[in-house]
Amino acid sequence: MSEPVRGPVREVAIVAFGQSEHVPDSSETSEVEMLMPVLHDVLAQTGLAARDIGFTCSGSSDYLAGRAFSFTMALDGVGAWPPISESHVEMDGAWALYEAWVKLLTGDADTALVYAYGKSSPGDLREVLTRQLDPYYVAPLWPDSVALAALQAQALLDAGLTDARELAGIGARSRGGADTGPGRQVVGPLRTGDCPPVVDGAAAVILAAGDTARRLADRPAWIRGLDHRIEAHGLGVRDLTDSPSTRLAAERAGAFDAPVDTAELHAPFSSQEVVLRRALRLDAPDCAVRVNPSGGALAANPVMAAGLIRLGEAAAAIRRGDAHRALAHATSGPCLQQNLVAVLEGER
Amino acid sequence: MSNAATAKEPVAVVGVGQTKHVAARRDVSIAGLVREAARRALEDAELTWADIEAVVIGKAPDFFEGVMMPELYLADALGAVGKPMLRVHTAGSVGGSTALVAANLVAARVHGTVLTLAFEKQSESNAMWGLSLPVPFQQPLLAGAGGFFAPHVRAYIRRTGAPDTIGSLVAYKDRRNALKNPYAHLHEHDLTLEKVQSSPMLWDPIRYAETCPSSDGACAMVLTDRAGAARAPHPPAWVHGGAMRSEPTLFAGKDFVSPQAGKDCAADVYRQAGITDPRRQIDAVEMYVPFSWYEPMWLENLGFAAEGEGWKLTESGVTALDGDLPVNPSGGVLSTNPIGASGMLRFAEAALQVRGRAGEHQVDGARRALGHAYGGGAQFFSMWLVGSEAPAG
Repeated sequence: MSEPVRGPVREVAIVAFGQSEHVPDSSETSEVEMLMPVLHDVLAQTGLAARDIGFTCSGSSDYLAGRAFSFTMALDGVGAWPPISESHVEMDGAWALYEAWVKLLTGDADTALVYAYGKSSPGDLREVLTRQLDPYYVAPLWPDSVALAALQAQALLDAGLTDARELAGIGARSRGGADTGPGRQVVGPLRTGDCPPVVDGAAAVILAAGDTARRLADRPAWIRGLDHRIEAHGLGVRDLTDSPSTRLAAERAGAFDAPVDTAELHAPFSSQEVVLRRALRLDAPDCAVRVNPSGGALAANPVMAAGLIRLGEAAAAIRRGDAHRALAHATSGPCLQQNLVAVLEGER
Repeated sequence: MSNAATAKEPVAVVGVGQTKHVAARRDVSIAGLVREAARRALEDAELTWADIEAVVIGKAPDFFEGVMMPELYLADALGAVGKPMLRVHTAGSVGGSTALVAANLVAARVHGTVLTLAFEKQSESNAMWGLSLPVPFQQPLLAGAGGFFAPHVRAYIRRTGAPDTIGSLVAYKDRRNALKNPYAHLHEHDLTLEKVQSSPMLWDPIRYAETCPSSDGACAMVLTDRAGAARAPHPPAWVHGGAMRSEPTLFAGKDFVSPQAGKDCAADVYRQAGITDPRRQIDAVEMYVPFSWYEPMWLENLGFAAEGEGWKLTESGVTALDGDLPVNPSGGVLSTNPIGASGMLRFAEAALQVRGRAGEHQVDGARRALGHAYGGGAQFFSMWLVGSEAPAG
C-alpha cells in the first residue's frame, strides 16, 4: 500500500463488554432472547440507556438464521424507539465494531453500541459455510469448513512449520487442560481437539470517545489502532501457511510499534493459531505474550460473535488490570481469508 | 448529539459507474457484473485500482443470489486483495447505507480514496422465494413486498383524500424519464397514461405498471478527500450531509404512512447541510419509490410538502423532469430495481445531477440534490445531500 499512514483523529475506547453463555443448542431461545440479557448487561455497566447511544451497529448472518433480513428482529431487542442511528454488517461483529469506530472518529457520535450473535444449532454449520465459497466453481462441490481447514493444517505440517504435538498442545491449553487426549480424527490431520466446538452465542460492546469514555469507565481500553485486510478467495492462489493480511493489518494498527503483553486470536482451528502467531511475531523465543487467556475460539466459537469476543476479552483484560497493551484479532472466510487486528491499551 | 470539535474531512464523489440494468445478465457472473460497474466508476474518476485504498460493498439478503457473505468471493474481482473490505447489509436501504459507511472512512481520514459498490443479480435466484422462507413461530409474509405496502398506500389515500389517479401519474412520469437514461432497465417507448391506468390490479390500489421490475445490476462510486477532489478530471459532487435511521417493523403507534425514522433522518441531513427550506433549496430528488404512490408519501415524509399535500405537488407537475422539483429524473426504482443497488443508484444519480453529468435526464442548473433510500417494513432509512460546491469550513 502506498497511501500515507493516517492516525486516528480521535481517541476511542471499549468501555463495556458482555457475552452470553455459549451453548451447543439454544433451540429454546430466540436470537432476541439470547441477545437481550447481553445488551442489558453492557448498558448497565455504563449506566447508559439505549436512547443515549449515538450509533448502533451489529454483525450477523442471514444464512445462520435461515431467513432474509434476520437482523431486523434482533434490532427490536435493542428497544429501537425513538428511531436510532443504526447500521449492520453481514460479517463478524468485529467488523461492526470497525464501522462504529469509524463513525466515532468522524465526531458524529460519542458512544456506540456494537453487538453480534449467531445460532449455528438449527443447521449443519459445516454445510452452511460452503455457501460462502465461489458460487460457480467451488460451492457446488460442497467442500466443508473443516475439510478446508484440514488442507491448511496439512500444508503447515508438510512445510515443517508445526507438528501434531504442538497442535495438540494448543487445543489442550485453549480448553484449560480439560481435553489433553489426542482425540478422534475429524478430517485428517485435524482431530477433535484441533477443531472448534459449534455453539450458539452473542456478545456486545460499548465504545465511547475521549472524555465520554473516561466518564463511563474507570479504565477504558483505548483503541490505539484498528485495521483489516482481505486476501484472494481462491485457496489455490494463496500460501495457506502464511497470513499476509494479518501481518499487514497488524502493521497498520501499530501492533509492532511496541510489545503487547496479551493477544486474543480468533483461530477456530489449532493450526490457524500457528499461522497467526507467525504472522504476528508472537513466536519469538523471548516473547512473553499471553495468547488467548480466555480460551479463544477453540473453547467457544459462536460464529459471527467470536471475533467481537476477542476484542471484548482483550478490553476486559485491560479493564481488570491483567493487561496493559493487548492485541485482538478476528477472522472471516475460509482458511483465514480476511483478518482484523486491533491494538488496545490501558491508560498509563 | 456530539460535542466533538473534530472537523471532518470533506467527502467528494469523483467517479460514478453503473451497469445497463436488465432482467437477466446471463453473459456475466456476479463478479463480472460488479467489476463492470466498478471499472466505469474508476474510468469516470480517471483512477486505477491502485488508487483505491478500501472497498465497501453492500447488497440485500444473501439468499437473493444464494451466496453467503459474497464479499469473500468478490474480493479479487473488486481489486480488494490486500485492502480493507467491508460488507454492509441494511435491507432495501443498503445501497445508501453502504455509500455512507464509505463516506465516513474518508470523513474520518482513515482512508483518502474509497470504492463503494452495491449490486443485485436477481436472475441468479428468486427474490420472492428469498423473502418467503418459512420461519418457525413467526407470521409468514408470503404476499411479497407489494402485499405488505398496499394497505399503507390505501391508508395514505384515505388520510389525504388524494384522487386515485396520482399513482398512475408517478408511474407514467418515471417510466418516461427512464427513456432518457441509457442505463435504466425499462424502456417502454409506447407507454401511455391510459396503459398504466388499465394495467392489471395486483394489490389494490397498486397496479402492475405501478410496481418496480426485478433487475440485475450494480452501481459504484469513487469517494475521495479534498486533495483527491482537486485532482479529479470532472466536477465532483460534495457530500453536505448523510444519515441513517431505524425503527422497528411493527409496534403500537407506528405510522406506516410517514414513519418517524424517515422524518428524523431527513431532519438530520438537512441540519448537517444547512437546509431550512427543502422545497426551495433542493433542486432534484432521487427518491426510493418502488410503488408509485410512495412519491407523494415521501414528499411529505421528507419535508417537501405539508402533511396531506404531497399528492398535489405530483398532480401539478412539480415533480416532473421540467418541473420545479424534479423527482427521479433517472426513472427511479420504478424503472430499475436491482434491490441491493437501488439505494446506491439514488445516491449516485443525485451526485450525477450536481456534477452536471446526468446526460439527457440532467436537471438544468442542479446545485443541490437529495438521494434517499428505505428498506424493511419502511423502517430503515438512509439519505445524503450532495452539492456542486464544497461544504463551507
